Amino acid sequence: MSPPFDLAIVGAGPAGMAAAMTAAELGLSVAVLDEQPEPGGQIYRGVERLAATRPNHLAWLGPDYAAGLELARSFRKAKVEYLDGAKVWQIEGTSAGRLFYKRHSAAGILTAQKFLIAPGAMERPMPVPGWTLPGVMTCGAAQTVLKAHGLVPQGRFVLAGCGPLLLLLATQLVRAGIKPAAILETEINRWTALPRLPGFLAAPGYLGKGLGLLRELKAASIAVHKGVTHLAIKGDTQAREIEYTCGGATRTEPVDLVLLHQGVVPNGNLAWSMRLAHEWDDAQRSYRPVLDAWGRSSNPAVLVAGDAGGIIGAKGAEAMGRVAAFAAATDAGKISAGDAGERANAARAEFAKHRGARPFLDALYRPQQQWVAPPDADTMVCRCEEVRAGEIRRLVTDQLCPGPNQMKSFVRCGMGPCQGRLCGLTTVEIIAECRGLPVKDIGYYRIRSPIKPITVGDLATLDVPRRDDAVGL
Amino acid sequence: MFKLLPDNAATTVTVMVNGKTVSVPQGFTAAAAMLLQGNGATRTSALSGEGRAPYCMMGVCFECLMDINGEPNQQGCLVTVTEGMRINAQHGKRMVAE
Repeated sequence: MSPPFDLAIVGAGPAGMAAAMTAAELGLSVAVLDEQPEPGGQIYRGVERLAATRPNHLAWLGPDYAAGLELARSFRKAKVEYLDGAKVWQIEGTSAGRLFYKRHSAAGILTAQKFLIAPGAMERPMPVPGWTLPGVMTCGAAQTVLKAHGLVPQGRFVLAGCGPLLLLLATQLVRAGIKPAAILETEINRWTALPRLPGFLAAPGYLGKGLGLLRELKAASIAVHKGVTHLAIKGDTQAREIEYTCGGATRTEPVDLVLLHQGVVPNGNLAWSMRLAHEWDDAQRSYRPVLDAWGRSSNPAVLVAGDAGGIIGAKGAEAMGRVAAFAAATDAGKISAGDAGERANAARAEFAKHRGARPFLDALYRPQQQWVAPPDADTMVCRCEEVRAGEIRRLVTDQLCPGPNQMKSFVRCGMGPCQGRLCGLTTVEIIAECRGLPVKDIGYYRIRSPIKPITVGDLATLDVPRRDDAVGL
Repeated sequence: MFKLLPDNAATTVTVMVNGKTVSVPQGFTAAAAMLLQGNGATRTSALSGEGRAPYCMMGVCFECLMDINGEPNQQGCLVTVTEGMRINAQHGKRMVAE
């Protein structure tokens, strides 16, 4: 077993990297574990390798992506124990604790006084008819292969949904010379967003970036169909057509690839598995861990930073990573609380600038009911265990199934390999709709470790002392 | 479904995708190699048998479970290719090794 660290960080995205560097500078011994082979998280995915092998791609991926290069390079130089390709499956403890991970086909245990979890965001599940067909992916997936591998869609493809990431991806592809056949933009909420516009305007750079993307798409003559209220993807063994309704008319277009997007939500399984207290964020239409201004969670040994604590974006995540590192240093006795307050000021101010832009973005792109609780009975909700929306509704209405955990008992909803990541929010939204209750009263899946799949063979590689009270079988 | 953009100075790695020899840039993941190789399912569902393919490419959806070097149930999007790697579609459930 490795010696104890002052701080173990899960996630090497902007929050995790910034936290690690700050904590190391303050004299903490720091370990960082991340399941990707390179630092950067999803937002700066593969940035070091891209700069080395495809430097001209940096120009059209844009300065926000290129900014990750400096961060990743500084992170590499920091006095930090960085374990790449490490899948964390469990963290336990409330005053110090143990972290279990798998790396290079062997399991390991790491002990730490404090944990900072920064697993980032994932795309909100967008269940529509046909979304399980090959040829349907998320916009984030297409952006990931663009950044990490220089792969671009081939054939006729459309982007469907809404959110900043969808517009950014479309623009990046256009710059790379790859034009989508259309953007099918689901309804956005201009009128509820409007009163929140001042905060957005005050946040540096946001308006210019947004308008810039729209301008570039217009200049490239990309067909944008706005106010889409219905989507269905059709095909036998592969997506072949997309049906969409906008302006009261339903049309069908041939497709080879559909890229869905309905915003991002905290990547929550690690936080849930640790039983951190959560709250429903109605503006972002998702759960998030309850955190204080330092990122401290309901578990005294655990801090949370970045999008995992509520969607804030890369720059805000980086700032919050620093703030959380000051809290960890205070708890470790490296700096006084007063000193931490002083030194965290700059990071806090940076965080506040980015936080200011969120209410407008959250309201503008808050998903409408049909994208979070699919009305069509045949739409798959739990992709792993193949549970459909109609089945969930029937169990709530006819069998009085009250919540997501009972739904597991009825039909194994959320119990497949993804462990509810791709159906959790949809399931609770449908149950809430059927019961006429707010989602916060429905709760969420009880997520249990291991949160990443491990084999009994993996467990057998763990270096754990035999307990004296072990019962022989 | 996907193609490689030009101007890629990465050295290449040779892998076997569903028995076919393919050259991919270093740093590729097994799932990316599958996407480059062509359309269609990279696994079949353990329940209905319907075809599935990589969906999120970031490790959360588990749709890219595939057989890599004879070991089934690997998240293809989290496995970096190495020379000679055998990447195969997975059909149905994982079988327990003999």
